Amino acid sequence: MFDLDAPWRLHPQVALRPEPFGALLYHFGTRKLSFLKNRTVVDVVLALPEHPSAREALRAVGVDGIDRYRKALGVLADSQMLVCAA
Amino acid sequence: MTAVMPGRLVDQFELGLDAPICLTWELTYACNLACLHCLSSSGKRDPQELSTRQCKDVIDELQRMQVFYVNIGGGEPTVRPDFWELVDYATDHQVGVKFSTNGVRITPAVARKLAASNYVDVQISLDGATAEVNDAIRGRGSFAMVVRALQNLKDAGFRDTKISVVMTRHNVEQLDEFKALADRFGATLRITRLRPSGRGADVWDELHPTARQQRRLYDWLTTHGDGVLTGDSFFHLSAYGQALPGLNLCGAGRVVCLIDPLGDVYACPFAIHESFLAGNIVRDGGFGTVWRESELFRELRSPTTGGACAKCAHFDTCRGGCMAAKFFTGLPLDGPDPECVQGYGEAALAGHREVPKPSIDHSRSLPLMVIDRPPSRACDVNPVSELL
Repeated sequence: MFDLDAPWRLHPQVALRPEPFGALLYHFGTRKLSFLKNRTVVDVVLALPEHPSAREALRAVGVDGIDRYRKALGVLADSQMLVCAA
Repeated sequence: MTAVMPGRLVDQFELGLDAPICLTWELTYACNLACLHCLSSSGKRDPQELSTRQCKDVIDELQRMQVFYVNIGGGEPTVRPDFWELVDYATDHQVGVKFSTNGVRITPAVARKLAASNYVDVQISLDGATAEVNDAIRGRGSFAMVVRALQNLKDAGFRDTKISVVMTRHNVEQLDEFKALADRFGATLRITRLRPSGRGADVWDELHPTARQQRRLYDWLTTHGDGVLTGDSFFHLSAYGQALPGLNLCGAGRVVCLIDPLGDVYACPFAIHESFLAGNIVRDGGFGTVWRESELFRELRSPTTGGACAKCAHFDTCRGGCMAAKFFTGLPLDGPDPECVQGYGEAALAGHREVPKPSIDHSRSLPLMVIDRPPSRACDVNPVSELL
């Protein structure tokens, strides 16, 4: 289960490219591509480094339904797009 | 590939992206081989080939557009004297490189250099799991050349080489052998679809897998497909039932495209023909301008309507198949794929059709002998080989 109370960041080898539907993430190390399919989740990912926990980043962005985003962030962490900064 | 949050990406991709996800860049039409099914009808170098400076300008623009990686091919890209310089330039500018090669220049020294890089993938083309099947298509000695390249990469500690196989009537039955060969070298198997493009148009009728073989290929992919790459090229097989993993959509001009050695931009790697020419990066204001503003690409970025296929129950899985495969077999673009697994393609092929004439061809007039020995001294290299 994704730890909402830990600090998370994009992996240093991951690039984020904004798109009309959201964004593309590309991991230069694993060569994997991920699609962020709405702009809110993009805002969340971009807000992560400015907050001491994912939970606070979600609060700052003002998302509805934390569970959905916890799941989304969990998928990104599983594919090493996000790394725990603790 | 993972997707985060609900929604169908296919619907977004149909409308196109601000920049391609990746693109194919054929660096040269020069090639030491003369494969029967060459997509780009390669052989002779084109004197109008982009210069080193022009290639670096392209890379700068790809970096600005955040095109994360390029699939470099040809021709045989490694015969360009500035090939390694361009690879280094790209990876230094956040553009990852995967290059396709027949292995001719993958010497032990090159393999060691590749093993030291984190951002270069190597894809070696092979069309038979035995010399007999491979060399019949790619030329005598080409199987041995690949095995030597694979061995050099393995010995140098290069990890995860891709072995790229075009599926033909003669090698579908060798799928397990290909997998075993890949495993032997710590490589990943990649299989792609034979397209009737370039010289492939001349041999497609004889070489494309039979209906029975297509079924076998689909079954093999659904049972053994984990860890096998396909370039998402078999989405027409999805109409057998279960959709195959990956993007089941024609990405031409929407999420992919091709830059040819002259800087011409085509809708996809299988469509080097004037009908799919979007523009030229030198004459038309750079790659970004062509990608965003080409009239052809704007037309391609509309939902697939399906035409004759729209009423078919399988349209939602196969999306009508491959545009290039239809075009080069003379079938209407809004009709069935020539290899439609529901049988509509066969019927369409039997009807009246006109196969388009190739609009660009760099084939040599005479087939070459494959030189399957690496040069042992500098003077063993044919002094004109760089000029071909």
